[in-house]
Amino acid sequence: MTAEEDISFYGSRGRHKGVLSWILSTDHKRIGLLYLTSIFGFFFVAVIFGVLMRLELIAPGRTIMSAQTYNAVFTLHGVIMIFLFIIPGIPASLGNFILPLQIGAKDVAFPRINLMSWWFYISGGTAVLVSLFTGSGPPDTGWTFYVPYSIRTGTNVTLAVFGVFLLGVSSTLTGLNFVTTVHRLRAPGMKWFRMPLFIWSLYATGWVQILATPVLAITLLLLIAERLFGFGFFDPSKGGDPLLFEHLFWIYSHPAVYIMILPAMGAVTEIIPVFARRTIFGYKAIAFSSLAIAAAGYLVWGHHMFTSGMSDISKAVFSFLTFIVAIPSGIKVFNWVASLYKGSIELRSPLLYTVSFIFLFSIGGLTGLVNGALATNIYVHGTYFIVAHFHYTMFGGTAFAFFAALHYWFPKITGRMYREAPAKNALLVLFTGFNILYFPMFILGIEGMPRRYYDYLPQFHRDHLISTIGSWILVAGLIMMFYNLIRSVFKGDTAGDNPWGGSTLEWTTSSPPPHENFKEVPVVTGGPYKFR
Amino acid sequence: MNTEFLNPSVNVRGVFLFIAGVSVVMLVLVTSIMVFFLIKYDRKRNPTASDIEGNLPLEISWVVIPTVLVVAMFYYGWTGFSVMREPPADAMNVKVSARMWSWSFTYENGKKSGELTVPLNRPVKLIITSEDVIHSLFIPAFRVKEDAVPGMETYLWFLPDRTGSYDLFCSEYCGAGHHAMVSKVIVMSREDFSRWYEKKEKDGAN
Repeated sequence: MTAEEDISFYGSRGRHKGVLSWILSTDHKRIGLLYLTSIFGFFFVAVIFGVLMRLELIAPGRTIMSAQTYNAVFTLHGVIMIFLFIIPGIPASLGNFILPLQIGAKDVAFPRINLMSWWFYISGGTAVLVSLFTGSGPPDTGWTFYVPYSIRTGTNVTLAVFGVFLLGVSSTLTGLNFVTTVHRLRAPGMKWFRMPLFIWSLYATGWVQILATPVLAITLLLLIAERLFGFGFFDPSKGGDPLLFEHLFWIYSHPAVYIMILPAMGAVTEIIPVFARRTIFGYKAIAFSSLAIAAAGYLVWGHHMFTSGMSDISKAVFSFLTFIVAIPSGIKVFNWVASLYKGSIELRSPLLYTVSFIFLFSIGGLTGLVNGALATNIYVHGTYFIVAHFHYTMFGGTAFAFFAALHYWFPKITGRMYREAPAKNALLVLFTGFNILYFPMFILGIEGMPRRYYDYLPQFHRDHLISTIGSWILVAGLIMMFYNLIRSVFKGDTAGDNPWGGSTLEWTTSSPPPHENFKEVPVVTGGPYKFR
Repeated sequence: MNTEFLNPSVNVRGVFLFIAGVSVVMLVLVTSIMVFFLIKYDRKRNPTASDIEGNLPLEISWVVIPTVLVVAMFYYGWTGFSVMREPPADAMNVKVSARMWSWSFTYENGKKSGELTVPLNRPVKLIITSEDVIHSLFIPAFRVKEDAVPGMETYLWFLPDRTGSYDLFCSEYCGAGHHAMVSKVIVMSREDFSRWYEKKEKDGAN
């Protein structure tokens, strides 16, 4: 071990050795990496489920599995992707690692709660996986657990729902930790408007996690009580109401999409100025749009329910508010593009992934307008148009931004550099596969193909076939990208402390950073993104 | 009554084309400007960057213009939708009952069918409920969809303005047979429909 590695956090084990030095560590960097590896572990499980779904749908009729198996596969694909990958996603992994570094802190405000939230996360994830193999078969409700189906089905829903409950606790604790950290632990001189915009996005996300996730926890406990004891909260024959469940579920699950996308927006906002070598365009507009998205995001849940039988007046109000929440997202896109103007742009992989993100997220966002308008929502609701829309926002949006951020902070986390050419080639394959996989789903939706169908009518065959071929290309891209990154963890060239010439605080300490991040507490005298 | 003007499916198409048109223009603009900047301000061509922190008129314009556009989208979406919620008084009422995994249509004279047979150019109002879990009745050809919820009656209406046979799907996931909860809308001339409607024997073949 060289002297340089000795001072990094990889060398400061704490009280424990081996694997215990990770799973019992309270160092935010170790916890961030625990999350990163477990999140991508679950991601790959869900990718395999996704590939199996696409394989089943390659042709009409039975291909490789029964209808019941298919229903369990799409349920687990959704549950894992949503609750174990994309919601914890960027904040719990890269946010954990980078947030204290970017504000010049030694750690988060509550390091032990931070470790506890990872344990809640891994317990919840384990419960979800165990629900696959125990009881009377894997859950088959879809990730939305709609009643009364989720009460009637004999499959292992209770355990899976309990797992998601634990994941909710984990997410709430992370949000609480981040909000407190941002309030209390900023370095001397780091005023609110000197914070990097990634911090603003994590801060806004933290509030959504704190305020919205308890609603999910309550809803899931009610569902468990309904299944185990027949309380009748949601059962009309006992005086309950199925729409009550839909309302409660979406009161959390719509704000949750902003938990997914806000940190992604924050990450690309860090990347653009660094590779354009200029300050960000409209710093305050971007900061406030994060808060605006977080706030307005609470008020639009009803747009998941335009065909539910809810009153027409509430449909009109929710549709209007949905269009209002589109405006701050638009502002961010315009600011990102304007931040390239008169820059001195170096098109390295983090920026290329970011540009792909902007393009794919724009498609996802603009197709959201079709969903938001009442007349057209009635047609596309529950069809493949929705499936295409949320994969463009969540995968093309959040996951591509996650990949961009992973490349951007890779040298800081590992102290090494990945190989540039394979990273770009992987992106090309990923981007191509992504569009071949998901674009035909817009067409399928417009042609009237409902989602969550194990089998389909012959007129939908061509687009399903194209989509399945796309899934293979996409997976090839994922393998190329992760091979390059994982290989570079061990064999990459030494990166140096600040390979991109970044101007935020994490680049002022060594790569990888030492145990408590900085040799001396940094003092901040100006805003971020100053390159000269 | 000018039924063509009222046909909700025409409204859906109009709203879709408006939103899709605006979206394509926005996407092309954003993407081409982004790519143009990436090429024009490449480090080789432009070794020194200029720090531009903002531009108030520009920023106001890209708040105001999208706001106007999305409010217009909301408005067209809402007015188009309002038509879908106001069934004409002369509509034929059909009661729909959904269960795992089939549809049952009951006509005003008590006739029952597993397929929805309707006369040409007479508005049809479906009054929908479910016997078990939530389902959703979706007729792509006529651009309508409404959930079937147990313990509750929902409705939709449409104008069958061309004869033929059209798909009818369940579009709310309801278990192992969800994908097979598929039926047909059969639109007949008025004479054919009367003949079918008055036939006494049970339509059990479906």
